[in-house]
Amino acid sequence: MKIDKNTTLKIAKLCRIKVRDEEIEELSSQLSSILDWVEKLNEVNTDNIEPLNNVSIATLPLRKDKENLQDQSKEVLSNAPEKLENYFAVPKVVE
Amino acid sequence: MEFNTITESLEKINSNKISIVELNDIFINRIKKNKNLNAFIYFDEENISQQIKKIQSSKNNFKLKGIPLAIKDLFCTKNMPTTAGSKILQNFQPSYESHVSQKLLDQGSIFLGKANCDEFAMGSATNTSYYGNTINPISPRGSQLVPGGSSGGSAAAVAANLCLGATGTDTGGSIRQPASFCGVVGIKPTYGLCSRWGIIAFASSLDQAGVFANNIADTAILLREIAGYDNKDSTSANREIPNYFENLNQDMSGKVVGVPKEYILPDIPEDISKIWEQAIKSLERGGVKVKNISLPHTKYALPAYYIIAPAEASSNLARYDGVRYGFRSEEGTSLDEMYELTRSEGFGKEVKRRVLIGTYVLSAGYYEAYYIKAQKVRKLISNDFNEAFKECDFILTPTAPSPAFPLGDKEDDPIKMYLNDIFTVPASLAGIPGISIPFGKSQNGLPLGIQLLSKHFDEQLVLNAGLYLEKNNV
Amino acid sequence: MSSLIQGKFSKWETVIGLEIHAQIKSNSKLFSSSSTKFGSSPNSQVSLFDAAMPGMLPVINEFCIKQAVKTGLGLKAKINRYSVFDRKNYFYADLPQGYQISQYKHPIIGEGAVTIDFKDGSSKDIRIVRLHLEQDAGKSLHDQNPSKTYVDLNRSGVALMEIVSEPDLNSSHEASLYITKIRSILMYLDTCDGNMQEGSLRTDVNISVRKPGEELGTRCEIKNLNSIKFIKQAIEYEAMRQIKIIEEGGIIEQNTLLFNPQLGKTKPMRSKEEAHDYRYFPDPDLLPLKLEDDFIEIIKKDIPELPDERKKRYINEYKLSNYDSSVLTIEKSISDYFDQVLGCHKDLKKSAKLVVNWITSELFAILKKNEVEIHNSPITPYNLGQLVKLIISNKISGKIAKDVFEDMYKNSLSPEEIVNSRGLAQVTNVKEIELIIDQILKLNYDKVNDYKAGKTKLLGFFVGQAMQISKGKANPKILNDILIKKLS
Repeated sequence: MKIDKNTTLKIAKLCRIKVRDEEIEELSSQLSSILDWVEKLNEVNTDNIEPLNNVSIATLPLRKDKENLQDQSKEVLSNAPEKLENYFAVPKVVE
Repeated sequence: MEFNTITESLEKINSNKISIVELNDIFINRIKKNKNLNAFIYFDEENISQQIKKIQSSKNNFKLKGIPLAIKDLFCTKNMPTTAGSKILQNFQPSYESHVSQKLLDQGSIFLGKANCDEFAMGSATNTSYYGNTINPISPRGSQLVPGGSSGGSAAAVAANLCLGATGTDTGGSIRQPASFCGVVGIKPTYGLCSRWGIIAFASSLDQAGVFANNIADTAILLREIAGYDNKDSTSANREIPNYFENLNQDMSGKVVGVPKEYILPDIPEDISKIWEQAIKSLERGGVKVKNISLPHTKYALPAYYIIAPAEASSNLARYDGVRYGFRSEEGTSLDEMYELTRSEGFGKEVKRRVLIGTYVLSAGYYEAYYIKAQKVRKLISNDFNEAFKECDFILTPTAPSPAFPLGDKEDDPIKMYLNDIFTVPASLAGIPGISIPFGKSQNGLPLGIQLLSKHFDEQLVLNAGLYLEKNNV
Repeated sequence: MSSLIQGKFSKWETVIGLEIHAQIKSNSKLFSSSSTKFGSSPNSQVSLFDAAMPGMLPVINEFCIKQAVKTGLGLKAKINRYSVFDRKNYFYADLPQGYQISQYKHPIIGEGAVTIDFKDGSSKDIRIVRLHLEQDAGKSLHDQNPSKTYVDLNRSGVALMEIVSEPDLNSSHEASLYITKIRSILMYLDTCDGNMQEGSLRTDVNISVRKPGEELGTRCEIKNLNSIKFIKQAIEYEAMRQIKIIEEGGIIEQNTLLFNPQLGKTKPMRSKEEAHDYRYFPDPDLLPLKLEDDFIEIIKKDIPELPDERKKRYINEYKLSNYDSSVLTIEKSISDYFDQVLGCHKDLKKSAKLVVNWITSELFAILKKNEVEIHNSPITPYNLGQLVKLIISNKISGKIAKDVFEDMYKNSLSPEEIVNSRGLAQVTNVKEIELIIDQILKLNYDKVNDYKAGKTKLLGFFVGQAMQISKGKANPKILNDILIKKLS
């Protein structure tokens, strides 16, 4: 199997999603199938082809350096699960 | 009086044959009678009443005065919660309105509610939403068919006449495929035509806002109102927007339609091949020349998409971490633990799968082999279309490889579900516009859709071709 | 110049590369319009984009691009016409998007170099690998609550320039010279305010040790140092730590470290135990940045005379030493001050060295004592020049000048006003001085005899007496000459 249990756990850690023990096997199997399936791309010769990152026709628009002085703290904190005064509060980071 | 189209309803509102309240009451009552469809995540009569009062007291010249619409719950709305069909945004109340929905409000439309969708737009059956699945209104008695996805709630609402139009988003087919399954019109515009600001991002280089309606004319009206440059979106195209409705013209004589041979799959159901043939013949009768074209890299589009979209999604969904908004797990005692439990509980299975795939294909050692490879294939697919459009003006294909299927089907195998997008994904990768119009029925009487694709920013052409086929549907 | 460290058994070379994060001086952030002002109340300078609300998108600040190009030009570096913004993905409380918008494979600025000057007159070129644009992160407060961390996103999204050097530095001293030079250039260009206490300039140090001539050793990274003092201490500690380990037979583990200023030690960062996989990929919300030649030309015109050029000018025009020129040009405000002194008084050109002395010893000292910056100095360049002129023309002695100088600082008066009002003009009239001397010699007849008998040290006594009577105003040279003549 392309994605074994350890790899699944490693990826899950990277993207901060807890995978329960009961889920690991089915998940690893599904991920493996999907990756096997997308490997079909190896049939295509892509020598000398540039990756296409964006299909937009725009050129990067530039913004003028004018600051918005509005204090949006109330708005920005309005949906916070936990806050104290004007800070977001989270469980402590173990440093 | 019938109120099945925007054009008719606008006429009656503007000539005072019906009031905005009366018009919307019709739809409100229908919504209440069809709760079983679960087309709406959010529906509140008082909210609608407030909106109507505001429109009534305004002196503005509205282009969509009083028209009832459904808004896919991926668009952030100031006066309605926005969930993206996810637990992780349960009770999230944006303090801002998406650019596209603001444009609709500016034209006096009424938002009847937030339409259900697959979680974070990931799905093809509107069966991954935390708020339950949506039922396709055309489901025969005693059965429950899916409306397609991810914009299944929007498509179902239009098909069941719960509203006159709806917004959706299309990343790999999420407007076109449900339009096909539900028997309504759905359009995905050129990438960059509509602003993505305020739309919850799934895959940034693919997401596009679009609309559903009952016919081409209504679609054209709605598209015109949502399209246009937005300086808050750095990928927004700065182009003049044509008046799609006024320019509608079903005279297709002299045009060339391309029929890509790679879309002729061995296992396509016969009834779908049949409607494809019928559409081609109908166009021929209208003076359209038919050209067999080749889009050689078609079969690689789905695998490329299922690398690129999850990769971008894995990054776009990193902000859902329980810190600043949305659901937060109470259990975590450290920051990392809180992240892991919040996201594990807050995201559904499909979302988790795609975030994991996306993380994997971007990770060290795999980035070149997967992500870069997929972007190169994307270039080839885009080139295929560029070449094809040298030989034809637009392209005709079926929208989906099947009609609406029963709820519960294909759920055991993610890849089976992904194959629903086989005809819609290539256009998404290339960023070209695509429309699905209802055309014919399956053997079991279910709606089937035909897809029209054109060059970048040539929405008018697919609308015109769609109009022709709408009127010449034999 | 040997900067090798003596270990227990052999000499060791320290190899150091620095990554400097400099906050761009701009009104608004890199991808949003929020203000960049320092010290505002928490989360008051945070837009929906900065808080990573759903559906928000970046729009780049044109001025920040210009500042980066300007800096690149100041570092004599290659301006890349094509650059790409990439997402650097990781999770942290002060990183709301769950990724930082940065530049990975295609930075805006390429290779350049900076020269550092040593006291002995020699110099060394430190190569710069690249400079790229990226978002700053917010701030986490860990010590306000035993189980909670508080997050302020004001700083989140402020534009940073990350300047990466080659590992060309070989001592803590060189590192401090390099940072000082970079800071100086940035402040000359006005692209960064260089305020290290406010976090405008932060440095990550990459350090390894090896025996001279051998392969590069395993390096460790010390993160987030925000003062030159700490950078030096951290380098010195870490070099010794690594040498000790190797000499005791161990191997260096590649680690990310934090420096504890109280303990003076480095220790591994716990959260970096698993190697970070940042999964860089081009940000799909932003298109590549393409710079046109005329965009760059316009910025070129805006480049002021930079420290190295000013130094050259001081050496050539004023014949100042390399060292003096370096001291003057460290900060633009200092060399601006010096230029203004000479600008007001072109006739001081030949006495430039004296001007330098007055600036770097007296003025610096009094400014430091009062915690005032030179651009706010109560002593104007014009007045300082006047003071020096009074000394040169013998109007006042050097000693009196110091007194006048203090008065000038306190009362913001011109030197003439002070000398005249206090009657401090030097006595140079030979006859006057002779009178004073005659008076003293008469009063101290016995000491005169002692002097003539061989106690020549008594000259100092006579000088002192004469100074007392003249209230310090007698011209010392004239006084000395006449005394010696009269005593012989």
